[in-house]
Amino acid sequence: MSTPTRSGKVLHIDWTRCDARGSCTELLPELLRSDPWGYPLPAGGGSDVAIPAHLAAAARDAVGLCPVLALRLS
Amino acid sequence: MTMVDAHVQGGHAITPPTGTARLLAADDPAHAAHLARFGALPGRRGADAVIAELERAGLAGRGGAAFPTWRKLAAAAQSGRSGVIIANGSEGEPLSAKDSTLLHRSPHLVLDGLLLVAAELGAAEAHLVTTSAQLAPIRRAMDQRADAGGIRLHETHDRFVAGEASAVVNGIERGRAIPRDHVVRLTASGLGRRPTLVLNVETLAHIALVLRFGADWFRSIGSSDDPGTRLFTVVRGGERAVVEAAGGTLLSAVLRAGGADPARVRAVLVGGFHGAWVTGDAIDAPMSPAGLAPFGASPGAGILMVLPRGECGLARTAQITAYLAEQSAGQCGPCANGLPEIAEAMGRVGRRDRNSSLPRQLRELTALVTGRGACHHPDGTARMVLSALDAFDHDLRAHARGLCQEAAA
Ligand SMILES: Cc1cc2nc3c(=O)[nH]c(=O)nc-3n(C[C@H](O)[C@H](O)[C@H](O)COP(=O)(O)O)c2cc1C
Ligand code: SF4
Ligand code: SF4
Repeated sequence: MSTPTRSGKVLHIDWTRCDARGSCTELLPELLRSDPWGYPLPAGGGSDVAIPAHLAAAARDAVGLCPVLALRLS
Repeated sequence: MTMVDAHVQGGHAITPPTGTARLLAADDPAHAAHLARFGALPGRRGADAVIAELERAGLAGRGGAAFPTWRKLAAAAQSGRSGVIIANGSEGEPLSAKDSTLLHRSPHLVLDGLLLVAAELGAAEAHLVTTSAQLAPIRRAMDQRADAGGIRLHETHDRFVAGEASAVVNGIERGRAIPRDHVVRLTASGLGRRPTLVLNVETLAHIALVLRFGADWFRSIGSSDDPGTRLFTVVRGGERAVVEAAGGTLLSAVLRAGGADPARVRAVLVGGFHGAWVTGDAIDAPMSPAGLAPFGASPGAGILMVLPRGECGLARTAQITAYLAEQSAGQCGPCANGLPEIAEAMGRVGRRDRNSSLPRQLRELTALVTGRGACHHPDGTARMVLSALDAFDHDLRAHARGLCQEAAA
């Protein structure tokens, strides 16, 4: 599988905060789909998404724009 | 303190337990019987030596996840800060009785383990969390000795997820024992943001024995991948029996020791409500991680629930799934929404609904919730449901035609 250059950053979803407002799935459609209930669904499942370098800025935006601070980049 | 001092009590030498009665070897729960059987606490030897001894022993956590205990201690020690040790006696799983039995019968081994780990790691606080029925015996045990006054005792709620490590921390901190999101391991930042080591009470009792009698003694029974003994809860109908057996003992032998006749067993739910159903050949598998792996199961917290012949595994699974959905703390979207949908679909399967797409729906829904919660409650629920679809696949096909093999048998 060919993977784009990684940014070394991982986006973590805090499910105890996320309330399916959906702005992250709009900002990162390459990485997050919406599940049947509106919650972000990473392509590989789980709660953590490795961020490729070319999406690092979009990931930062998603973190900043999540209204309930459910996203963390580390 | 020398080894000889450590093992001499009241003038006679202490001999380490030789059979499979180790944790439950003392005559009664009193401190005098404890000292007579096991001897006084061993002397301090330093965190590094303790961690090395536990690594040699190969002790794995008895709270369910079987994580190597020495690694957790090493992670907590590594932080270099003075931390918190929590003995987890929450036993949130309603089928399990092994932790409450241990706390009633051998409270001093648990207290020993907690005090030893706290002293060796230089912890600032030691806590013990348990359900209401265990508070009195623990308090009594604490009053029988001079060194337990500093242990803080907490009552937890009777809720399935209350025993999850971050829920235990939350319960002590804020009085609400529900899990929380922890990107950083608790051993780095837990209670009050201090390094926090959460260990199951049985794990602590084994630590108390390993530090007295050594790693070689610990490994002298059990299998190489599951050394020492473990406590099992054998559940049949409304009855629960707690059995201490060597790691790797055959499942059928543990069932027999717990009063169940393997010949009358149709299936066993191994590992409790988050475990896996096994049937057929698996009944003679060794109760060790390697022995159970081919059947998709693991010893977990040692719960073995018997499904007798004549009972429907799918209907039983539907009941359990409904319970697990109800026990979701409801704070994570995929868990709060997905578990009730899984329970609904599983309920239909149990009721012999003829909709043949139900198994596929269940596979999709379980995949959707797995890994998507602050705790592993969705993962454990999904695993148990999927194991039922495999273990009872004949019944699954019969149910889709509106029949039940077992009821007809
Ligand atoms: C939903 C859930 C419930 C749990 N309940 C308990 C419990 O009641 N008692 C327990 O000791 N561990 C329980 N655990 C495991 C703990 O999170 C933790 O791993 C354990 O207490 C660590 O101890 P150990 O390393 O000695 O096994 C639970 C885990 C999950 C995901
Ligand atoms: S933006 Fe935040 S609240 Fe909205 S779906 Fe994403 S993580 Fe959840
Ligand atoms: S995954 Fe479910 S049980 Fe676990 S914290 Fe979230 S809502 Fe609660």
